[in-house]
Amino acid sequence: MSAQFNVIAPGVLATIQDLGRSRYRRIGVPQSGALHPDLAYLANTLVGNPVSTAVLEFFLIGPTLQLTEGSAQVALSGDFTAELRRGSKILPLTSWRSITLQAGDLLKIGPLVAGKVGYLAVTGGFRLTPVMGSCSTYLRGEFGGVDGHRLLAGSRLDLLAISAPQEPDRQLSQSAVAAVPGLIIAAETEGEPQQIRVIWGPQEDYFTSAARDLFVRSSYRISRDSDRMGSRLEGTQLDHDPERGSEIISDGIVPGAIQVPGNGAPIVLLADGPTVGGYPKIATVISVDLPILATLQPGRSICFRAVSTTTAEKLLRHHRQQLAALVEQIVPVATDPVIPAATLNRINLISGVVDGRRDSPEVPVTSDGD
Amino acid sequence: MVDHGVDMKHAPRFLNLGDSALTVEFGDIIDQQLVETVAAFDRRLNRAIEQGALCAVTETIPTYRSLTVLFDPLKNSPEQLQQRLFDLLAEPEENLDRKIRYWSLPVCYGGEYGPDLERVANSCSLDPDEVVDLHSTQIYQVYMIGFAPGFPYMGEVPEQLQMPRLKEPRIRVPVGSVAITGRQTAIYPWESPGGWLLLGRCPLPLFDAGRTEPALLAAGDRVSFRSVTPADFDKYAEAASAATLDYSTFLKQGTGQ
Repeated sequence: MSAQFNVIAPGVLATIQDLGRSRYRRIGVPQSGALHPDLAYLANTLVGNPVSTAVLEFFLIGPTLQLTEGSAQVALSGDFTAELRRGSKILPLTSWRSITLQAGDLLKIGPLVAGKVGYLAVTGGFRLTPVMGSCSTYLRGEFGGVDGHRLLAGSRLDLLAISAPQEPDRQLSQSAVAAVPGLIIAAETEGEPQQIRVIWGPQEDYFTSAARDLFVRSSYRISRDSDRMGSRLEGTQLDHDPERGSEIISDGIVPGAIQVPGNGAPIVLLADGPTVGGYPKIATVISVDLPILATLQPGRSICFRAVSTTTAEKLLRHHRQQLAALVEQIVPVATDPVIPAATLNRINLISGVVDGRRDSPEVPVTSDGD
Repeated sequence: MVDHGVDMKHAPRFLNLGDSALTVEFGDIIDQQLVETVAAFDRRLNRAIEQGALCAVTETIPTYRSLTVLFDPLKNSPEQLQQRLFDLLAEPEENLDRKIRYWSLPVCYGGEYGPDLERVANSCSLDPDEVVDLHSTQIYQVYMIGFAPGFPYMGEVPEQLQMPRLKEPRIRVPVGSVAITGRQTAIYPWESPGGWLLLGRCPLPLFDAGRTEPALLAAGDRVSFRSVTPADFDKYAEAASAATLDYSTFLKQGTGQ
C-alpha cells in the first residue's frame, strides 16, 4: 500500500518542482524548477533521494499535510520551523532534517523566518507523470506537477514509495547550513542591502552611462509584485539611451536576466519567466546569487555589483565544493523524536508540573489538551 | 522583399547572458534572410552536439536575429565556448537535406471570431473579404516560437495589411485568435492579454503539453490559412478536444512554394 498526503491547508503558492525542463525553450516553454535548487537538493539528500527527484516548494507559509495512509519519511529545508501533531500531542520540529511520519500524522509547516521559499522532500518522491521530461509545475501553462495547479486544500498527494521507510531520520546542524553563503538569508541589518552580483549585458549599451552607474550604486527593493516568473524591483529608474530606445527585436532570455522596460523599473526574470523578450537586459545575475535574489522576501533591499564571467565561474565552483562538504555533515538525529505514546504521555504529565525539559527541542512542550 | 540582409562579412557579436549563457547576435532587424542565418547556425550547432562535440552546451534558443546558447560553465568557460562557436561558424555549411513543412490552417474570420476585421478593412480601404483573401493566401514563415509556449511569430504580412498594434491592449485575447501587427502575424495558443489586431480564430490547439510534439508549429515551418465557416470551426474544435483530429491533414503535400 502506498502512502498518501491529504492537503489540509495549501499554504502559499505551493507547487511541485524539480530541476526543471531542458530543451523546450525553442517552443516557448520556460525552464521552471525549484527557485532555490540548493535547498531542494538538501531536502532530497536528507531522505536519500537523487537530486532530480521532485519536491514540494512553498512560499512564506507552508502547507499543512496529513498522512492518511502508510508511513513516509519527509525532509524539510529552508528557514522555518514546523510542528508534527500525532494524536493529541505536538512535536516542534526544526528544518534541515528528515522525520518519519505515521498514518494520521499532521505536519504543519512554517511560516518562513527569512527568505520566502521552503521545501519538503519525501523518500522515493511523489507519484507524478512527467511532462516534457520534468515534474515541475508551470502554472501559467497549466502543466506539470499535479494537473498543472498549485496545491489546493482537499487535494491529495500520492507517494511513490511502497515500503515503509528503513533509514533513520537525519539532520544537518543549523550552524553548518548557515556556514554556506546563500542557504540561510540573514535578517536585514539597517543600511545593509543584500549584495547581488551580476555580469553586464547582453544589452547594457541600451542605457546611458549615468543609468549604468546608478544601477550599481543605488539600492533596490524587492516588490510585492514578485512571483515565480520574476522579481520586480523598486528604486532608481534607469534611463535608456534615447538614441537606442527601450525596445529591442526580441532575443533569448534566461533566469537571472534583468530586463528594463520603458518605465525604467528593472525586473529580474526567474524560472517561470519567458524564453524571449523585447526589452533591453542591462545585466544578468550570476548563478550563485540567483537563488538568493529569487527567494528574498518583498521589501528587502538589494544592491548590484558587477563581476567578470571568470569570477562568477570561480564562485560557482567554490559554492559547489561547499555544498558537497555540507552534505558530508548529515548525521542521524541524535534523539529519536518519535517517542512511544506511553512515554509521550508521561513526559507531558511531568512537563505539566515541572517544565524541566524545555531545552530539548525534541520533547513535546504542549498539547491540545493543555 | 527588400534585402536588409546582414552583411555576413561582419562577424556576429557574442554577448554575455550571465555566466551560463551567451547570445550569438547576427543582426538586429526582422528579416527572412537573418532568420535563415540563425536557423542554419542552430542546426549546425545541434548537429555538432549530437555528434558528441560541445558537451557543455545544454540548449539553444533561436530567435529572429540571434541564437542564445545555454551551457555549463564548469565544463567550458565562456571564452572557450566562444572560440568553439566561432570555429563552427567558420566551417562551410553542409548541405543538409531539410524538409520544410507547409501548413494550411483553418481560420474563422470576422464577427465575434475576429473583432478587428472591419477596423482593418476600413483603415486600408478594402472589403473585409479582400482582407481575408490577402491574409489567408499569403505563405508565412514561422520566425520563432516564444512569448508563451507554442506562440508562433510569423511573417511577412502583405504590405496593405501592415498596421500598428492597438493603443489600448486587450486584457483578454481569446485562445486561437489569429492576429496581425506590423509585418507579423500570429496565433494565440492561450488566452492572454495582447495588443495585436484580431482577424479571426483558428480551432486547432497550437499547444498541448500531452502531445509528443507539444507545439503544433516549429520555427522554419510555412503557414497559410483557409477561411472556414463557424460550423466548420466548431467541428474542428470538437474533434480537437475529443483528440480525434488528424493534424497531418493540415499539412500540404509537395513544396507549395
